[in-house]
Amino acid sequence: MSDYNFAYLDEQTKRMIRRAILKGLAVPGYQVPFASREMPMPYGWGTGGVQVTAATLTPDDTLKVIDQGADDTTNAVSIRKFFQRTAGVATTEETTKASVIQTRHRIPEAELSEDQVLVYQVPIPEPLRFLEPRETETRKMHSLEEYGLMHVKLYEDISQHGDIATSYAYPVKVEDRYVMDPSPIPKFDNPKLEMAAIQLFGAGREQRIYAVPPYTRVVSLDFEDYPFEASKADHACDLCAAGDSYLDEVILDDAGSRMFVCSDTDYCRSRRAAGHVGRLGEEAA
Amino acid sequence: MIKEVGAQDMTPLLQVNSLTKMYGARIGCKDVSFDLYPGEVMGIVGESGSGKSTLLNAMAGYHAPDQGEVIFDTRADGPQDTLKMSEPERRMLGRTDWAFVHQPARDGLRMSVSAGGNIGERLMAVGGPHYGEIRAQAADWLGRVEISDSRIDDRPSAFSGGMQQRLQIARNLVTGPRLVFMDEPTGGLDVSVQARLLDLLRGLGREMGLSAIIVTHDLAVVRLLADRLMVMKDGHEVESGLTDQVLDDPQHAYTQLLVSSVLQV
Repeated sequence: MSDYNFAYLDEQTKRMIRRAILKGLAVPGYQVPFASREMPMPYGWGTGGVQVTAATLTPDDTLKVIDQGADDTTNAVSIRKFFQRTAGVATTEETTKASVIQTRHRIPEAELSEDQVLVYQVPIPEPLRFLEPRETETRKMHSLEEYGLMHVKLYEDISQHGDIATSYAYPVKVEDRYVMDPSPIPKFDNPKLEMAAIQLFGAGREQRIYAVPPYTRVVSLDFEDYPFEASKADHACDLCAAGDSYLDEVILDDAGSRMFVCSDTDYCRSRRAAGHVGRLGEEAA
Repeated sequence: MIKEVGAQDMTPLLQVNSLTKMYGARIGCKDVSFDLYPGEVMGIVGESGSGKSTLLNAMAGYHAPDQGEVIFDTRADGPQDTLKMSEPERRMLGRTDWAFVHQPARDGLRMSVSAGGNIGERLMAVGGPHYGEIRAQAADWLGRVEISDSRIDDRPSAFSGGMQQRLQIARNLVTGPRLVFMDEPTGGLDVSVQARLLDLLRGLGREMGLSAIIVTHDLAVVRLLADRLMVMKDGHEVESGLTDQVLDDPQHAYTQLLVSSVLQV
C-alpha cells in the first residue's frame, strides 16, 4: 500500500465523522454539523462525499464512484483513484457489485440493496438557503418545522413557468419531519430516495452531514393541484433502447442532430451486453 | 362602539399587565398595563424614544420583556400568557391570529418573491398547499388593498412605497388575524397616500372586526383610526383614555404639549 493511513483520514477524524453519520441516521434529514477537514481536492469536487466515504470504507469494501451517473468522468476517476491509492480497496464500475457507491448528482438506475451504502456529494445542504440567507433563521425554521417558505419557491415556479420548473435538487420531506435537499439529483431520481440502502450526504465546505436510513419515507413537496412529477426526456436511450432511465442529451454536429443516452453508464453498458440495441446503437457501440 | 362590543364579549382579547423592558439600567418601557377588547383599536403615541416601539415589540414577542404578562385570548385554550408559551406556540400565534405591520415595508416583505407569493406565504405555512386556492386568495387580497391583480407576479421592488405598505397589510391580514400590531404604518409616505392607506385600514378593520394596536407619532393617524389612546413619555404611560377625549381635553402637561405641537394648516 502506501504511507497513508487507511482511507487517507486519521482514525480520530474518521471517528468524529462516524459520530456525525450515526447522529444523522438517528435523526433522518437533520443536518449534523461536523468538523470538515481540508482534503487534497478543491471544494466543490466532493470533499464532503470523500470524507463520508473515507469514514465508511472498510478494507473489504468494493467502491464505485459516479459523477452524473458516469464512471469515466474526471471527478469519478480521480476520486476512485484516490481511494485505490490511500485505502487499497477494490473498485468496480458495476452497481450491483459495489458495497459503497459515492455519487455526484445521480442515483444509479439499478435498484440498490440492503448491504449497500450510497454516499452523495452535496454542494449546499440547506434547502431554504436561497429563500432565507440567515443560517440562524433557517436553523430555527427547521427546529420549529416552519416550512411555508419552501412552498413559496414552488409557488413562484408555477406563477412564472406554469408548472413546477425545479428539475433538480427538488426539496423533499423526510419521515414527515425535516425538509431536506437531496443534493442536485434530477427530480426523476426523487422517488428512488425511498430505498433499501443507507444514504449518506456529505457537504464539505458547508460542514454538514445528513442521512436517510433504509426504507425511510421521503416525500417530494408539491401542491395538491400541481402534484410532483418525476420527469425525464421523452425518449428511449439511443444506445441501449432503455425507456425507463434518465437520459443525457448529446449534440452530435453543427446541424443540430442529437442523441439521447443513459446518464448511468453502467446501466447502459449492462443492457447493451444483454443484447439491447438502440436507434444509434451499432455505430456507437 | 366600545360598549356594544364589550357587552357581547367581556373577555379582553389582550391584557397587558405591568410590562417592563429595560435596556441595562435604562428604561425601555416600565409598568405598562391595559386591556384591549375585541374590535377595539388602540393608539400609542409619544415622541421618539418614549418607548412606544419597545412596548410593541415586547407585546408581540420580538423582545423578551423583563417583567409583566401579555395575556391573549386564544381560540383554542382561552386566555394564555404569551410570554410563557413555548416558542413554536408563540410563532404559530404570530402567523395565524396575530399580524405585525412594520414601518419600512421592506422589513415585512420578501423583496425577491412576487406579490402573490408574499401574500401566499402565511397560507402555505398554515394550511394544505393548493396552488389554485392560494392564488385566488392572493388575487382577492390584492383587490382588497387596491392593487391591480395584473401585478400579482411582480416583485415588491417594482412597487411604490404606498403599494408596498398595502401589500404588507394584505400579506398580514390574509390568514384572518384577530390582532394586528402596527408600527408607524404610515411612516415615510406622502399625505395623499397616507390618507388612502388610513381609509383602507379603517375599512378593513371594520369589515374584519380587527383589534389593533397602532404605534405612531402622528396624532392625525390615531384620531382617525384609534378608539382609545395611550400617551407615553420616557417609557411610562402618562395619560390614556378615549381618543377624542385625550386629544380634545389633554390633562397631562406632556399631552398638552404634544397636542399643541401639531401644525395647523
